Amino acid sequence: MSNEKQQGRIVSISGPLIVAEDLPQAHMMEVVRIGNEKLFGEIIELHKNLVYIQCYEETTGLRPGETVTSSGVPLSVTLGPGIIGAIYDGVQRPLDTIYKSHGDYIARGIDVDPLDYSKKWDFHPLVKDGDIVKEGEKIGWVEETPTIKHYIMMPPGRSGTIESIQEGSFTVKEPVATVTEKGISQPVTMLQIWPVRTKRPFAKRIVPTQPLITGQRVIDMFFPVAEGGTACVPGPFGSGKTVIQHQLAKWASADMIVYVGCGERGNEMTDVLMEFPHLKDPKTGRSLMERTILIANTSNMPVAAREASVYSGITIAEYFRDMGYNVAIMADSTSRWAEAMREISGRLEEMPGEEGYPAYLSSRVAGFYERSGKVQTLGGSEGSLSVIGAVSPPGGDLSEPVVQATLRVVKVFWSLEASLAYARHFPAINWLNSYSLYSNLTDAYFKDTIDTLWPTYRIQAMSLLQKENELNEIVRLVGTDALSESEKLVMEISKSIREDFLHQNAFDDIDTFTSGRKQFYMIQNILSLYTESLLRIRAHKTLKVSDIMDLPVRASIARVKYQPEENIEKCNLTTHIKEALDKLTSTLEESND
Amino acid sequence: MIKEYKTLSDVAGPIIIVDGLDGCSYGELVEIFLPDGSVRHGEVLKAEEHKALVQMFEGTENLNIHSTRIRFSGKPSEIKLSPDIIGRVFSGLGKPIDDGEEIIAQEIRTTMGDPINPYARDYPSEFIQTGISGIDGLNTLVRGQKLPIFSGAGLPHNELALQIARQAKVLKKSDQFAVVFGAMGVTFDESNEFVSSLRESGAIERSVLFINLANDPVIERLAVPKYALTTAEYLAFDLGYHVLVILTDMTNYCEALREVSAARKEIPGRRGYPGYMYTDLATIYERCGRIKNKSGSITMMPILSMPDDDKTHPIPDLTGYITEGQIFVSRSLYAKGYYPAIDVLPSLSRLKDKGIGKDKTREDHPNLMNQLFSAYAHGREVQELAVILGESALSDIDQLYIRFADEFEQRYVKQNRREDRTITETLDLGWELLQILPETEMTRVRDEFIERYYRKGGR
Repeated sequence: MSNEKQQGRIVSISGPLIVAEDLPQAHMMEVVRIGNEKLFGEIIELHKNLVYIQCYEETTGLRPGETVTSSGVPLSVTLGPGIIGAIYDGVQRPLDTIYKSHGDYIARGIDVDPLDYSKKWDFHPLVKDGDIVKEGEKIGWVEETPTIKHYIMMPPGRSGTIESIQEGSFTVKEPVATVTEKGISQPVTMLQIWPVRTKRPFAKRIVPTQPLITGQRVIDMFFPVAEGGTACVPGPFGSGKTVIQHQLAKWASADMIVYVGCGERGNEMTDVLMEFPHLKDPKTGRSLMERTILIANTSNMPVAAREASVYSGITIAEYFRDMGYNVAIMADSTSRWAEAMREISGRLEEMPGEEGYPAYLSSRVAGFYERSGKVQTLGGSEGSLSVIGAVSPPGGDLSEPVVQATLRVVKVFWSLEASLAYARHFPAINWLNSYSLYSNLTDAYFKDTIDTLWPTYRIQAMSLLQKENELNEIVRLVGTDALSESEKLVMEISKSIREDFLHQNAFDDIDTFTSGRKQFYMIQNILSLYTESLLRIRAHKTLKVSDIMDLPVRASIARVKYQPEENIEKCNLTTHIKEALDKLTSTLEESND
Repeated sequence: MIKEYKTLSDVAGPIIIVDGLDGCSYGELVEIFLPDGSVRHGEVLKAEEHKALVQMFEGTENLNIHSTRIRFSGKPSEIKLSPDIIGRVFSGLGKPIDDGEEIIAQEIRTTMGDPINPYARDYPSEFIQTGISGIDGLNTLVRGQKLPIFSGAGLPHNELALQIARQAKVLKKSDQFAVVFGAMGVTFDESNEFVSSLRESGAIERSVLFINLANDPVIERLAVPKYALTTAEYLAFDLGYHVLVILTDMTNYCEALREVSAARKEIPGRRGYPGYMYTDLATIYERCGRIKNKSGSITMMPILSMPDDDKTHPIPDLTGYITEGQIFVSRSLYAKGYYPAIDVLPSLSRLKDKGIGKDKTREDHPNLMNQLFSAYAHGREVQELAVILGESALSDIDQLYIRFADEFEQRYVKQNRREDRTITETLDLGWELLQILPETEMTRVRDEFIERYYRKGGR
């Protein structure tokens, strides 16, 4: 692509769509600066002498005849030390810097560096002079935060022999090494620039095997997502999509989190910004902000930048994956991204597909999720990128195009339901229609690390819930009296699974995160109450389910969720349960005698 | 750079095309002079080198291609601001309609409004006591929140909004408080209800009203929220007021949006509404909030009547995705005579968790709220079951739940139009009602609160 800068002129303006002429060297997807205010835009169509540009900023006040300057490069993100803990808009402009320089509102035509180019970083080499390095190989690192070592890699496409490399303090633009390739020696800096719409290269894809531990019981136990996997969370408004995304960003066992607030509420981003620095990463005990990057393109910010925001996010995530980290990206919400595509497509007067969305909607969605995965990087290490996308279907209707396009590519489906949310059952993930194609894969992991009974319990609990659903149909027709005692037990135990296990309060200090071990004890308590009670009900005809449910141990089972992780051994109530039931049956026998 | 033309070429619906231009800018304001001497206004929707597509605010009736003059102002729409605007009534385009004097501007602002930098926002966390239990206790409003009222034709949403405007206060504080009221396409009666109620309570002294009546130009409705919110931003972030913005009825706004979109021959999205309606609504709703180091705040309560009470209709649906919760007004509760008829189950305040609890309202509030929700939800479920099976087929505990649900609606949700309950009254009432249920059902409450509140019966 030519790096030559050219000047053309505006022909027409309609919202974010601008038509310009006299840019003969223009390339598709090239970044341009528009008008006297130098607004930021990207070329999206070429027609003979005319160039169609989507502008990432509000276009009010632009006039035909003003100039358009091309930059010669496609929309790219700037990658290097200083990126962690940042908050960017959809086209990687740092919002904190903009706040300091331009005040409370985002004015137009702002041009600020995505990274601090003046800050010096302590560079530690990993290779020495004379070493042969290939593309993507780590040549050194800087300690960006106490949690994350920021590895400096050979940029994709470059390899050769290290001519010189030195330890010391550098800015991101200063060379840290010189590499000779085919007789030409060129400097290597800590900075990489990568076009967002192109995926970063890797050596090969590997099958994911490890679950992404989230500390959310319904997810880890029933619908797990793998490191390098994909998941989607569709649900009507108010069903808690954002809370789930926030919970995953807080507690997921990834090394790095990229959180993309795509066309959502400003206050939600503020929430993350204010809360995360005070929260501790359960793995390292450090502030969560030290492993988080935020992309905030709220709903009132320009729609074209919203379209770009998910790409900016996933490119940054890929960059950390290439260092061999396990990265997770949360995109909230992909529906807003799809709507941005629809809006721009409409202005381009393209032939619409379903519900006005462009016909290429599903290929774009698939392309986005396919950038996930566990890979062997070019540098030879293993890294993973998990993608979790929220979907906001109109009216909660799962048959709409964005949900359907997403379901075709993702492997985990957490179906959020309004009726559960109304009953304040959170997370409002419906256990009957959600699914995860990773359960078998992750069962092996939990068997090794927690207990061999993990898969058995998972299946048993799920079949109880299924059975409850069937029994509910009967109850609706003829009432609870028609149920046998063992069926009543199924109803009560399922209720306990729902309320004491699946229900999890994100705003409670203790309940917000549950370790795998504690999850295991919790489900074990409930299921052992079931198994033990069932035995006794069969043996004693006079034993009533309601008597069992009145036992104080029942309340103890419910309260285990508020037991701190430090008291993990107190979470195992199986002996208490047996004792309580034995006591109950022995009093029954006495009264019978 | 003011320029005048007589080269009108097309007129269709509210859209006109002006030809032979010497250039114009996107979004600039246009004045249109009719042969009879009257003046109308418009805005450039598409700017080309020698042609402009202009959206007329007051409609295109009586327009004539040959004898109409069009003047391009060179500027987007603006509003004159000064502290004197408080207590005044304006048209949808910001012209005084209360026989008062023109505003002498201290400040002139464009009405578009730039997006607030998310980094500059301060998280809303100050509890607002509205005196209404259904809101304070279960769907708590906080300063800087946007909480719409989802209602339907014939329901008491206006009364509810007015009661909130009258009673809203922040505990232990005496701040400057103002109301900005934007009416879009409402009837004269409705508008009068607001104006006279604000006048009666003296609140008009600290209100600014923008009124577009049902027979005013449709397109003018699109300007109302922009003028109202630019005013609110000025009052809140320049003058330090805590502003409550009430916008009614957002349904009329969206229909106006659809009308313009259709006139522009755009590809329609769901039910004929334009594909950019989400973005358009977001640029209205997202203008409220709090800003770091600024004393004022903008809290917004848009009212929208759901066509056919259908919450999946695009207007409530897209609104719900942008706003921080919603208050549902229920037809069946209102039919029972339970004003304010808030249906607490589908209602939601997303920001409540940061506004309630220890040091905010009371330590037991979050647990109590969860318990009330789950008990009432279960009660309603059992009520439905009872309709099919008869109450006698229910277990003893479920019968208690039915009683709870009934009393909850009658005593907690229902209240007087003038009744201003304190938060303590609301919370105690909650515990009192939970007495109907046995202690074993208190699964959402921590032991310490059972001890401290449940066992004392809310006294």
